[in-house]
Amino acid sequence: MRRRLVTVLLAVIAAILAVPAMAVADDQSGENLNGQIRIPETVEGIDITVFQGDEEIGAVTTGSDGSWEVELPGPGDYRVVLDQESVPDEFVVDESPGAEIEVSVRPGQQRTVIFRLAPPGQEEAEASPSESADSGGGADAEADGGGEEGVTTAPGVSAGTPFGTKVVQLAVAGLIFGLIIAISAIGLSLIFGTTKMINFAHGDLVTFGAVMAMLFSTGAGGFGNSLLVLLVAGLLAAGAGSLLSGRAPRPVPAVVAAVIALVGVAASTVVGIQGEALDWEVPLAGAALVAVLMGAAFGAGLERYVWRPLRNRNVALIQMFIVSIGISLMLRHILLVAFGGTRQRYDEFQLQEMWRLGPIAITPRDLSIVGLSVLVLVLVACMLQFTRIGKAMRAVADNRDLAESSGIDVNRVTLYVWSLGGGLSALGGVFYGLNQTVYWQMGFHLLLLMFAAVTLGGLGTAYGAMVGGLVIGLVAQLSTLWFPSQLMNAWALAIMIVVLLVRPQGILGRRERVG
Amino acid sequence: MSSDATEVTAGGPAPVDRMAGVAATPGVAKPDPILKAHGVRRSFGGLTAVDVEHLEVQRGTITALIGPNGAGKSTLFNLLTGFDRVDAGEWSFEGRRLNGLGGHRVARSGMVRTFQLTKALTRLTVLDNMLLAAQGQLGERVWGAFLRSGWRGQERANIERAEQLLERFKLLDKRHEMAGNLSGGQRKLLEMARSLMVDPSMVMLDEPMAGVNPALVQSLLGHITALRDDGMTVLFVEHDMDVIMGISDWIVVLAQGQVIAEGRPEDIRADQRVVDAYLGAQHGEPADAEEGR
Amino acid sequence: MDFLYILATAIETAIGPIAAVYALAAIGLNLHFGYTGLLNFGQVGFMLVGGYGVAVSVSTFGLPLWAGVLASIGCAVLLALLLGIPTLRLRADYLSICTIAVAEVARLVYRAEFARDVTGGVYGLQGFASAFYDANPFPRGDYGIGDISFSARDLWMMIAAWGLVLVASVVMWLLIHSPWGRVIKGIREDEEAVRSLGKNVFAYKMQSLVLGGVFGALAGALIAVNQQTITPDQFMPQVTFYLWAMLLLGGAGRTLGPVLGAVVMWFLLTVFDETLRSLAATGVLPFLQGSDVGALRHAMVGLALLLLIVFRPQGIIGNRKEMLVNVK
Repeated sequence: MRRRLVTVLLAVIAAILAVPAMAVADDQSGENLNGQIRIPETVEGIDITVFQGDEEIGAVTTGSDGSWEVELPGPGDYRVVLDQESVPDEFVVDESPGAEIEVSVRPGQQRTVIFRLAPPGQEEAEASPSESADSGGGADAEADGGGEEGVTTAPGVSAGTPFGTKVVQLAVAGLIFGLIIAISAIGLSLIFGTTKMINFAHGDLVTFGAVMAMLFSTGAGGFGNSLLVLLVAGLLAAGAGSLLSGRAPRPVPAVVAAVIALVGVAASTVVGIQGEALDWEVPLAGAALVAVLMGAAFGAGLERYVWRPLRNRNVALIQMFIVSIGISLMLRHILLVAFGGTRQRYDEFQLQEMWRLGPIAITPRDLSIVGLSVLVLVLVACMLQFTRIGKAMRAVADNRDLAESSGIDVNRVTLYVWSLGGGLSALGGVFYGLNQTVYWQMGFHLLLLMFAAVTLGGLGTAYGAMVGGLVIGLVAQLSTLWFPSQLMNAWALAIMIVVLLVRPQGILGRRERVG
Repeated sequence: MSSDATEVTAGGPAPVDRMAGVAATPGVAKPDPILKAHGVRRSFGGLTAVDVEHLEVQRGTITALIGPNGAGKSTLFNLLTGFDRVDAGEWSFEGRRLNGLGGHRVARSGMVRTFQLTKALTRLTVLDNMLLAAQGQLGERVWGAFLRSGWRGQERANIERAEQLLERFKLLDKRHEMAGNLSGGQRKLLEMARSLMVDPSMVMLDEPMAGVNPALVQSLLGHITALRDDGMTVLFVEHDMDVIMGISDWIVVLAQGQVIAEGRPEDIRADQRVVDAYLGAQHGEPADAEEGR
Repeated sequence: MDFLYILATAIETAIGPIAAVYALAAIGLNLHFGYTGLLNFGQVGFMLVGGYGVAVSVSTFGLPLWAGVLASIGCAVLLALLLGIPTLRLRADYLSICTIAVAEVARLVYRAEFARDVTGGVYGLQGFASAFYDANPFPRGDYGIGDISFSARDLWMMIAAWGLVLVASVVMWLLIHSPWGRVIKGIREDEEAVRSLGKNVFAYKMQSLVLGGVFGALAGALIAVNQQTITPDQFMPQVTFYLWAMLLLGGAGRTLGPVLGAVVMWFLLTVFDETLRSLAATGVLPFLQGSDVGALRHAMVGLALLLLIVFRPQGIIGNRKEMLVNVK
């Protein structure tokens, strides 16, 4: 117990130290506004003007790659206007976000403003979602505005690139994508190993992480505060409950926990009503940390308050699958209602210059994603290999009954597996959102690839998820060398089916009965 | 107990004749084998679970398969009945090669197995459990199912036969109960009755006494001997030494996947290798066995 | 708020063609899950190939409508084989992963740019069902009682759709109350035991997958005919989960379970929708926009799935006796 507290404390201290450090690192150059017209393709020669109030700050025309940049005199609120006259005939400006965008710029921020163009036909298609509401797709049509669904884009690749460069660039993109899948899928695989349950809500834990990081990095407002207060209250309630249970007479722990939880709900309501008065935001790194902590707590909460009670009720596994689908539907659509259906990007680390490392061109952002992902994977591997809890996790994943009979507290280990899984998938979500865009279905699409990864690597093994993730990421990206990019996920899933035919236990799985 | 057992063995005249003159050496040929296996091997990740050089099972006898835990008895069972795949080897049943046949085709050829953990189909009635086992039903084809007149007569005959079998196993009054509501022992009985419904020439029982309350053991034993007396061949895996010695005509001892001994119960008892490998491995058992003699 | 209006709308939806479509697809799912124990989380994939079977045959290749329906069925059989051959020999969880993945991949393939010449890409296909409506025997006008009324077109569609549901239910009843159904239910309980009794479990599972898939494809064809237009994005994975909720609500493993489930579910969903919508319109719920209603409804379905499994796994007409049997 004491060691656990120390760990949490250390994590909090590290977080507090990390936040200002990041803020300082970010504060080096002057403010500007920038962007790139590239959806659905890069367009040159579009006029963009920036106003503060009625005063014109600057005007630019997009360059050959569709990008633009305006230096700003300082932080404040600005209005960015796209001149519709300058848009070529084959496009119209997408209604969301429209041709005029208001932004507020923080000190030192280089803020990205995104305009979208659309082919005229697409607007019509989206304007008539009336029937699809009846087939259960009501909310989806509007949400699909920008970007091609299920496609992960690789930077620096277009039709004219020579083949060799393309291979390298796609391999890099595949590596990044694979690392993201791997990080997110470890939890899925470990959860399957420890409880034999397929967590169909795992993808939505990824979305949850990405959206939380978005929330806290772009101004938490009342909503974020409420969520945080609720989280803290929940943790306090659960902690107090488990501390008191066994030490105090029977009803006391439950009552104390309930009271704390109620106070938490009340406080969160108050903070929520206070709303923007308590607005604050942290740099993305800090927000990512908050997101990971919230993801871990969320995962642990699911295990403690949903899955464990269900297991205690002897609910069959198949039934649990359906429950996890129910949870995934709920979570996904609550996130959709709360945060809207548009694709968004994080404010920071956008549109960076490519660094050239030999044949590889990579943005510092993507390079950091690779570095951090590898670091996290190594740390997780070390934890699984060398720490007691890690060994216990592997033991339980290997054979739950055997682990239980050899004195491992299986329920506790499962709880840790869920919080590890929740935290890692939140982190994967932040990376995925940083590399691509944040939107409400990102996790679901990633889930299918995570399935492919864990099946490929071997269901239930953590290392299998890592290997499988990398393979799937690479396959998905490299397939675009020869095939349409809309099919990249299809190829990854086709590989899964071939693996099931040839070696159902996966690359790292042991040969045992799977049929 | 053991003297009783010898009596039972001696008391059945037919099996004694059948095994007459067969030497008690591993892999020995039988006068009229119903099942012949040769070079059957299976390993799991480098660990050899089963490596049987040669094994024959005599028609019309009760043959027991024993061995310490992890000796590969159940694996061998699974391999022979098509529920697992061999790495190498071949085996035949009534002269027909069974290599590579799926479990259902092995069953259709007349070799029916039961399971260590009883597999009663819990949310089907006892009668439906029985009817499911009948072979060659027209109504089991997807198109045939629509032609009620085509299968109604067959169904009636099957019900009649099922009820006779249920009567024999004292389950007739439970025929409309869900199988899941039966007790553990009744489920074992149902499983045995169900395997007879297939009309097999050989039944393979995987630990038929496991988890059965002692009062039922005698009745189960009675049913097993009755199967032999009906002319069926029985091969079964069992742990309980007294049971094995009591009713088997022939015993095959498996250790570390290999047949280390086979013979009549009295041969096995006298075999030092068996005492070392099997009886020595189980705490308390050797003493009992010694006392028994 | 006009309760009478909400009630009438809800009843209209509950007995309308859409409910029939869902009932039909849920009947297929019932064969898969309720009787055979197959975890199919991709029933919408069968609906997709079914719908496009009709649309592509008629719009793209100019075949008659009946040939389109045959093409639907053929596509469903193919999809079932594609899904079944790799996964039906493996544990149940592999099928669940594969079905959800393959259904989504199918949607991505159908909406992809390169398939545009055949499937119309994201814009889909239109105008392939006129043959069906030309055969409408009802003269133009509205039919109904009180506030509940349907146009002649809807009435014709309803009769066709519910007629198919009736046929499917009868087929299911006949199959399940036959020796074939006994084998199928046996597989649900324990496939190894059934195999040990000489039944080819793989073949039976495949038959079940194909047959249930065909019901799904017919439902998809009905969607296409009903709307006279089809786009891939109507076949989101959520549709499958709606079907699951309906099946579990009505009662899995009962012939009429999916039908009842679809009717009750659509009634409840419409009441929920309309109530929320009129509340949003009156401004009682300031944080709620009209467009959120659809999303909230999906979330409600998720909650319903969870609560049903935990508190009433047998559904409305499920057999409590069967459910209480000690399974292990």
